[in-house]
Amino acid sequence: MPELDNNLKTAGRVKTSAYPIEHFVADIDETPVRATDSATAEGAPSSLWREAWRSLRRQPLFLISAVLILAILVVALFPGLFTNEPPNSNCLLANSDGGPAPGHPLGFTQQGCDILSRVVHGTQSSLTVGLFATLGVLVIGGLIGALAGFFGGWVDAILARVGDIFFALPLILGAIVVVQLPFFQQNRNVWTLVVILVSFGWPQIARITRAAVIEVRNADFVMAARSLGVSPMSALIKHVIPNALAPVIVIATISLGTFIVAESTLSFLGIGLPPDVMSWGNDIFSAKSSLRSNPSAIFWPGLALSLTVLSFIMLGDALRDALDPKARKR
Amino acid sequence: MSSTLGNDGITEVRTAPSEVRPLLELKDLAITFDTANGEVPAVRNAHLTVMPGETVAIVGESGSGKSTTALAAIGLLPGNGRVSGGSILFDGEDITNASEKRIVELRGSSIGMVPQDPMSNLNPVWKIGFQVRETLRANGLPYSTQDVAKVLSEAGLPDAESRANQYPHEFSGGMRQRALIAIGLSCRPRLLIADEPTSALDVTVQRQILDHLDRMTDELGTAVLLITHDLGLAAERAHKVIVMYKGQVVEAGPALELLTNPRHPYTQKLVASAPSIASRRIESAKKLGVATDDLLAPSAEKADAKDKVIEVKDLTKVFKIRGSWGKSTDFTAVDNVSFSIARGTTTAVVGESGSGKSTVARMVLGLETATAGDIRFDGVDITTLGRKELFNFRRRVQPIFQDPYGSLDPMYNIYRTIEEPLRVHGIGNAKSREKKVRELLDQVALPSSMMQRFPNELSGGQRQRVAIARALALDPEVVICDEAVSALDVLVQAQILNLLADLQAELGLSYLFITHDLAVVRQIADHVAVMEKGKLVEQGSTDEVFDSPKTAYTQSLLAAIPGAGLVLPPEAA
Amino acid sequence: MTWYVSRRFLQLIPVFLGATLLVYFLVFSLPGDATAAICGERGCTPAVVTALREQYNLDEPFWIQYLLYLKGVLTFDLGTNFSGRPIAVIIAEVFPTTAKLAVMALIFEAIFGIVFGLIAGLRKGKLFDSTVLVLSLVVIAVPIFVLGFLMQFLIGVKLGWTNPTVSGDATVSELILPAVVLGLVSFAYVLRLTRTSILENVKADYVRTATAKGLSRKRVVVVHILRNSMIPVVTFLGADLGTLMGGAIVTEGIFNVNGVGLTLYRAVLNGDGPTVVSIVTFLILIFCLANLLVDLLYAWLDPRIRYA
Repeated sequence: MPELDNNLKTAGRVKTSAYPIEHFVADIDETPVRATDSATAEGAPSSLWREAWRSLRRQPLFLISAVLILAILVVALFPGLFTNEPPNSNCLLANSDGGPAPGHPLGFTQQGCDILSRVVHGTQSSLTVGLFATLGVLVIGGLIGALAGFFGGWVDAILARVGDIFFALPLILGAIVVVQLPFFQQNRNVWTLVVILVSFGWPQIARITRAAVIEVRNADFVMAARSLGVSPMSALIKHVIPNALAPVIVIATISLGTFIVAESTLSFLGIGLPPDVMSWGNDIFSAKSSLRSNPSAIFWPGLALSLTVLSFIMLGDALRDALDPKARKR
Repeated sequence: MSSTLGNDGITEVRTAPSEVRPLLELKDLAITFDTANGEVPAVRNAHLTVMPGETVAIVGESGSGKSTTALAAIGLLPGNGRVSGGSILFDGEDITNASEKRIVELRGSSIGMVPQDPMSNLNPVWKIGFQVRETLRANGLPYSTQDVAKVLSEAGLPDAESRANQYPHEFSGGMRQRALIAIGLSCRPRLLIADEPTSALDVTVQRQILDHLDRMTDELGTAVLLITHDLGLAAERAHKVIVMYKGQVVEAGPALELLTNPRHPYTQKLVASAPSIASRRIESAKKLGVATDDLLAPSAEKADAKDKVIEVKDLTKVFKIRGSWGKSTDFTAVDNVSFSIARGTTTAVVGESGSGKSTVARMVLGLETATAGDIRFDGVDITTLGRKELFNFRRRVQPIFQDPYGSLDPMYNIYRTIEEPLRVHGIGNAKSREKKVRELLDQVALPSSMMQRFPNELSGGQRQRVAIARALALDPEVVICDEAVSALDVLVQAQILNLLADLQAELGLSYLFITHDLAVVRQIADHVAVMEKGKLVEQGSTDEVFDSPKTAYTQSLLAAIPGAGLVLPPEAA
Repeated sequence: MTWYVSRRFLQLIPVFLGATLLVYFLVFSLPGDATAAICGERGCTPAVVTALREQYNLDEPFWIQYLLYLKGVLTFDLGTNFSGRPIAVIIAEVFPTTAKLAVMALIFEAIFGIVFGLIAGLRKGKLFDSTVLVLSLVVIAVPIFVLGFLMQFLIGVKLGWTNPTVSGDATVSELILPAVVLGLVSFAYVLRLTRTSILENVKADYVRTATAKGLSRKRVVVVHILRNSMIPVVTFLGADLGTLMGGAIVTEGIFNVNGVGLTLYRAVLNGDGPTVVSIVTFLILIFCLANLLVDLLYAWLDPRIRYA
């Protein structure tokens, strides 16, 4: 090995410079040597969740969206606080397309209904659909994704293919096919709509969960737990899932907005919630023919819908910033 | 001052050193970072001069400001960093606040850079040749295919012309680093900033590349500002060594002088801890009064066969690798490996990346099944254990992993982390478990006030202590350390190694130490097994292997330890 | 490379089969009489029911039914709608308009999304960046039909710059407004994706090394930052082409564009089952092809994939 001989020969050398080199020592008082490996011990212990919360509290995006969502929740739960009109009543054709009047600040729809009342009462159905569809995809998609990601192998392969198949059929398109079936046309309500949205919406959460679980699965702390004797299943539940939760929460928050849009789109197409259920999508559907004469009948439910979706998307964005593991590792 | 560097042109300049002005001079440099928590000073009062043709090394731990200082000289501070005081002079010109245009002029042609990590410093979507060519072109040099090939072959890249047509991912780490050196030196800069140029590479490759870099810069008369965490490497490669600590220069001087006569307390600690220099078995056990015979490897060798706590025989692991068109090829990661660990001693398995050493560790831990061969623990073959027996086996063998950031669950506080093994194995009640956790924390020298803290609040060394405490919770007989100190700074590393030695003496633990770092092996192991490409090429007692290595591979590994060849007066170590 | 492309292509086949099977199953095998499903709420005359049973081989076992249907799809024989027109001919008639609309939307979102995203990414935290970020969230949040009506009302009705609806010819100038509405949401996504990608690449080690080599800022931005950032963006755009062609139901409805989406919508409202199934099958095929295109683009952009 000539290379080696060379190495051994040159190894004994210490370089000497052609220039004089001064031996400088800093003032020892000015550069005190601290104990090796000290870390801060003051302040309360803070978990990652607590730190995320701390950074979240400072984000304007989070504060705005949180206030909006709280307000929307109050409207959905107590519509009576915001309008004196009972739902689905007092629609007088005499008021058709009427402008703002005393007690009716936003004017009337083509059917002569009070727009404010309809917008306020429509909050509940949109929110219910969004909330329960999100819960549904979280349970189904989250479970499937976590199992596929953690165990890998053929479970993963099959689930990945099934997910692909659903992916080739986008949410709205799949929902359209199902919704127009007589079975659903006869049972049109909030809950059947939730079922339809969940059955076409779960693959996205499954994908995200799977990716997050795979990332955590190979972490050393999971290996450490396994070599302590922790069984695969409890390693998944106790170590992997809690650490894989952050991206799933973010996407779930955003999909809450997406499901509200999906519901209103289907209603807008006239195949979502039945006409007697008050929802923003139905309002826009029934107002579209009078766009030119009475744009406010579309504008107000549209604004309510957009604000609701916006607040969930903003919340998701703020959560992403606060929970991003890359940003956390300083 | 006699120059050993030989080259005529350069020697001429050096005969009249007093007339030469410094190539790079940093005066009272201060660098500040703007962070969410306000301004954080990263560097203060940094002073340094680099003369033409001279190699100057900045040595420091992570966070010492060594890289920041060097990057400031070429205007490459990250977006939130700025020079907040002092000045940077390049060849007499003040470039502290130079225009973007002037800095771009200087980069490449006057000041080159070789970055740290060869994996991430080449753009993955462009061919190597393209990345060399654009450098030549931007600095107004001829950039034909021949020119590109010439630059690459100068950096020691074989077959340069066809290699230039390949993408970075088709290169090995060493080849990428050669390409980066080619780029850094392609425009014949007068100063080369080499930021940990080889710390991501295996030792033997590291040595070859540093030798080549040395030769090239000598020939070209390039001055080098070398950033490194390795005092041995700095001393071996530089004329002058500058030690930085917490953003300040604490000591500077001729390399040898600094090693033999360190005056600042920090430098003294560093010299004492540097494993490449203090290459001796840590002797904690002897201090505790255990008979030396028990610890020295030769006697362990002779010990009764029954006292072998782990015996690995003909261990083989074959992985199937899926290739094109569904074909799978066999890859033998571990090939017929046999070794044993005598009770109460440390056996080190040494090898470079891809040697199969970590696969051995995972098989001994029972996390990976062996393709062939057996692993006997106390005479029982663990490859055939049932579920329940395996569960009990886990109490007796525990791991410590490399990355102190990755081996603790970030959602668990320290108490829960250390308590988990006790709870899993149903040991004691809540009260007795808490008492045990306190004892364990005490054993690894952490205050029990740490219990409620989370891993993200701890330093790297503290996390590794927690990992050790968790490993010890079940009173194991064997601890498997997979690169357990490789990610730590030198001083912390020395502390952890001492802790491990103390624990061994106190508890009679046996260690299987998996590492790439021979210097660490010398400090901790009684017995060494050297692996190369899945095969065990040499084993024996530490002294035997270090003093008279039998195979060429072991010899080259030993020769490649940075600072191995430095002959020091014994008291320096 | 060949291996990679062939593998991707082969992987699409089960996806296509699975998705069509799913649709077929949903329409023909869910509770209730399949002909009722096809006939929708209006119901059919007994003669039509018999014809339908024959046309869809409903008296055969499910698997045979599906295979016969698949055979029809592969030979472009999609059956006829209620009025007796061949569905394949209808699709061939309306598809060019949808394709034109989708491509225009794609061009719009690509150009504006990448340019705005690049500027925002290079000026992280500045006024332009934060404004664009918030605005993009608003665009994503406002449902496309609200946005569509708003634009139609403002630009078409109030300002009168264009016709609020599109004529049967669907000329390029008429399609500009619908294309902008259609591409607006994806524009926001492209913008955000480009920005994120740029931010990630700005911090990359190889960008610092490129700067250290003495390259000008402009060259570093174009050759190193932008080129690498385009990998996820182009991937998104490829997949989006498929979505745009299928997702035009609402937009085509609002602007009365006689395309695939509007045809599908009319078929849904009319309870025209055969047309719905055929168009959805056609769109699934488009998605699959768009995904293949994405894989090819990906391999073209990222040599690490190409040589894998």
